[in-house]
Amino acid sequence: MSSTIAPAWGLAMRSLRNIRRLPSAFVPALMMPLVQVIAFSGTFAGITVVQGFPTDRSVNWYLPLAVTMGSSFAGLGTGFAMIRDLQSGFYDRLRMSPAGRRSLLLGPFIAAWARALIAVVLVLIVGVTLGARPTSWVAIPSLIAVGLGTATLGTGWGIGLAYRFGDMRAAAIMQLTLFLGLFLTDAQTPIDVMRGWLVPVATVNPLSRVLALARQGFIDDGASWATTIWGLITLIAVSTATGMFAMAGLRHLDD
Amino acid sequence: MNTLAQTRAMSQRSVLALVRQPALVIPSAVFPLFFAALGTSSFSRAVTIPGFPEVDSFLDFALAGAIVQGILFGSITSATALATDIETGFFDRLLAAPTQRTAILIGRLAGAMAYGFAQTLFFVAVLVPFGLRITTGAVGLMLMAIGGLLTALAVGALMSTMALRTGSSEAVQGSFPLLFVLLFFSSAFFPRETMSGAYRRIADWNPVSYLVEGFRSLTIGDVNATSIAQVVALPAALAVVTMTGALAALAARTRRG
Repeated sequence: MSSTIAPAWGLAMRSLRNIRRLPSAFVPALMMPLVQVIAFSGTFAGITVVQGFPTDRSVNWYLPLAVTMGSSFAGLGTGFAMIRDLQSGFYDRLRMSPAGRRSLLLGPFIAAWARALIAVVLVLIVGVTLGARPTSWVAIPSLIAVGLGTATLGTGWGIGLAYRFGDMRAAAIMQLTLFLGLFLTDAQTPIDVMRGWLVPVATVNPLSRVLALARQGFIDDGASWATTIWGLITLIAVSTATGMFAMAGLRHLDD
Repeated sequence: MNTLAQTRAMSQRSVLALVRQPALVIPSAVFPLFFAALGTSSFSRAVTIPGFPEVDSFLDFALAGAIVQGILFGSITSATALATDIETGFFDRLLAAPTQRTAILIGRLAGAMAYGFAQTLFFVAVLVPFGLRITTGAVGLMLMAIGGLLTALAVGALMSTMALRTGSSEAVQGSFPLLFVLLFFSSAFFPRETMSGAYRRIADWNPVSYLVEGFRSLTIGDVNATSIAQVVALPAALAVVTMTGALAALAARTRRG
């Protein structure tokens, strides 16, 4: 066990130190959700008067979206770092070391969870400053669960693609797919408020359930067991799938 | 080879680069359309909000934001190409040749202008089958295309100044968040009349709001002095200022060698 934990911890610490040593790689990913919560809450403030909108505070609707976006991109950040390590040859040296394969995977996940928590806390602070007010005690635990969960799925997807492509093409694909995945949901307005082609897409998109979990403590309808359970099941299922994708990618690299 | 011929040759090079490397232009063509489609479905019921302009559908409202968004992001592509020329040493070879300095800059910006013009027409062509209606017809469309061209010149010159000052394509690409903020704190995606507080004040000060509203009034309103001033005169005036800056940056880089 220690042959997995110790190297994984070392890799995670290395990744976290890079926040200070290479801020240009982390700060934009952190700024994006902050700008998003500020910009969306102000720009789309008027939409809350539409009948069926579940809160009269736009920031209550857009804060959980920014947390989800920021955490998943915190996960993708480890994918970008993986591309750098693969291109510089550092990762080849890691693979030749006696560190277990599981530790090579676990390290980026630990780093992503820590980065995601930073994003969750900062977005929350900015959101509350802008007027976000939880409607239930489950708001913060739900946001943390979604933050950690989406960081996990982002990391699995990011490093899985990095293993397969090994260059910056992977960065473009990981950003584009996650971005599309998150926006093809009820990211901007509830499904009851929208019309047209996005309604069926958002309804079947599993990430809508993840956003519902993140939002349940911020909307007037309040929290429910069904929202919590479906959100958690979706997070676990998608995270497991992307984790397996990453594991298969590492094996593919070894072949 | 006179200045005009040199400018033409440099312009052809920058336009051909866009044609031969579609990967450079696809994001700035596809993303605004994606956002317009997303907004049209997400905010379709927003058109009933008090203060929202009278429109048949949100798509009519969204076109102007999509055009300006596409042009802003497309201009980064053009300036990045200039910075890449500097990084690869091609720019130095141009300086070493008997090339007019202004031809280098104007040739590069010609690519951005052609793209801005084409992008405006492309967005309209793609969205018309989905129900977009331009109330001002062909005259309004041509004014919008000219506005697209001038906006691309203004923003392209601004971004080129950054490329010439830094000589780094990464630095030019890094300006993306700045443009994103400028766009979001304007009336590009939602009308100013529905905003309040600090957001409304920022959107009131932001020149992008007036640019977008010019395109919007040509889409859903009339051709009048205000809309022409917003779509043509405003970007032209901005272009004079940003071109002056770009030429100064070019002179400074030429002096540095």
